[in-house]
Amino acid sequence: MAVADPPAALVSTAAAERAARRLAERFPDVTFRRQEGEAVRDLTIVVPASRLVEICTFLRDDPGTEFAMLAWVGGVDLLPRQPRFEVVYHLLSITHAARLALKVLVHEEDARVPTVTGVWPTANWHERETYDFYGITFDGHPDLTRILLPEDWVGWPLRKDSPLGYQEVAFTHNTPGRRLPTPDLTALKPKKVRYRAH
Amino acid sequence: MTLNMGPQHPSTHGVLRVVLELDGETIVRAKPIIGYLHTGMEKQAEYKTYTQSIPQTDRMDYLSPMSNNLALCLAAEKLLGIEAPARAQAIRVLLTELTRISAHCVWLGTHALDIGAMTVFFYCFREREKVLSIYDQVCGARMTASYFRVGGLSSDIPAGLLDRCQTFVDEMPAHADEYERLLSKNPIWLARTQGVAPLSAKDAVALGATGPVLRGSGVGWDLRKNAPYCNYQEYEFDVPTGANGDAYDRYMVRVREIRQSTRIAHQAIAKIRAMGERGEYRLRDYKYVVPPKEDVKTSMEALIHHFKIVAHGFFPPVGEAYHAIEAPKGELGFYFVSDGTPRPWRMKVRSPSFVNLQTLPTMIEGRLVADVITAIGSLDIVLGEIDR
Repeated sequence: MAVADPPAALVSTAAAERAARRLAERFPDVTFRRQEGEAVRDLTIVVPASRLVEICTFLRDDPGTEFAMLAWVGGVDLLPRQPRFEVVYHLLSITHAARLALKVLVHEEDARVPTVTGVWPTANWHERETYDFYGITFDGHPDLTRILLPEDWVGWPLRKDSPLGYQEVAFTHNTPGRRLPTPDLTALKPKKVRYRAH
Repeated sequence: MTLNMGPQHPSTHGVLRVVLELDGETIVRAKPIIGYLHTGMEKQAEYKTYTQSIPQTDRMDYLSPMSNNLALCLAAEKLLGIEAPARAQAIRVLLTELTRISAHCVWLGTHALDIGAMTVFFYCFREREKVLSIYDQVCGARMTASYFRVGGLSSDIPAGLLDRCQTFVDEMPAHADEYERLLSKNPIWLARTQGVAPLSAKDAVALGATGPVLRGSGVGWDLRKNAPYCNYQEYEFDVPTGANGDAYDRYMVRVREIRQSTRIAHQAIAKIRAMGERGEYRLRDYKYVVPPKEDVKTSMEALIHHFKIVAHGFFPPVGEAYHAIEAPKGELGFYFVSDGTPRPWRMKVRSPSFVNLQTLPTMIEGRLVADVITAIGSLDIVLGEIDR
């Protein structure tokens, strides 16, 4: 057991700026737009989906950036704006004490993004969650299935056109076609209960 | 053979299901299946004001409600560009460190119980009870605290609380010794944890593990040190790390964290005492923060502000912010996207248990079924936070 030395540096925006500069130097052919707004509190760079994996691999491996950890991935639905969706990647560099956010814009008609599971294995569940909530497909993902919702759920609950509530809770006894994968429990069939929406 | 472990299994600490593919007693492949406790908190948050989401967070990691409240409040404060007064920050530090102690106590008790050491469980819950009573005195609830607010606290701490905290913090190191006497050199404990469920530093980082799981693997990364919030830079404490990344190291890290938390709590109490009996516990920026109740009763301005914020909520600027804290289980962060209305356009929770659980297959593949229980225990997961 040991006690870690005091960290070399605190997480700073300067470190993120340095990483962003390195990125721009390495990919001169890509235009990196910065997310702008009244209150965008983290350095966020919009990257093209087609170059995402390449950019992420560079950010992970380059000694000047070394974003060895992917903190999380999440989706945002910006209906009625087009492109409608955004996928946000929050990167963390432990060696350089930096945080950097990447963003990919996704069109509704072609909601696909290449997976980054090959770069950071942790992306696996995050991407599944984003798929589960928004229906965005991650090309090349090893196991793109629903993660928090039931496998046979229909719809994408976190999309803005998906309503909150007023839906019956789906159990086997009130959802036709929904079956337990295991034994037949007809002998234990409960009394018929009718559920009504509020 | 395929074996379903859970979702109703006492050692899965809730409703986790792990599908194990076995060859004899050796695990060939493991797949955690989650979602049994999904309640759509992120969706619900889009229909609530920022403040209304605070009680929701108590139910995420229900063993550390204060930390969850804090993470949400800090993220909202970052979005608004405001900061709570120093007194509120010190009280937040004190209470979240007590939360860490109680969360680690629950973890140690249940983890030891899983492995077969029953005595520790009773000892740990005795101390946890004291923290819950402190919560009770602070905010009237033992588990669902909802005590922090955007811009400060819901009320000042009651008289006599600091003495009570002081007694608890003074006693706690001796209790930690007690736990250690029961476990740290216990041959059965060593056999069940040392070398079991190892996770290399490289794997831990690649899989996004944070908190004691990451530090147990030897990476000294702690957001309280590396990205201080609530003036953590003014406190003196160490970041314990392990070397082998096995279940024993994770145990050691957490026990040492209990001791470090008492150190921080000591300093926080001294700080609050130095600020006097009463003080600024909430920001006086009435665009975003509710005025103190005493003012509401006497001043019309205050009443108007109170009414506006309670009825509408505050209006944050258009933008987005992510803020993470070092919760007992790791990096707990909230990401808000604001469209300028009082309700967040999107709230995303980065919960540490969700990410840490992903390391489970790496830990147990090629090992024995009995080690799965140790591995799950040593990860310290709470399903409420995983499924949200």
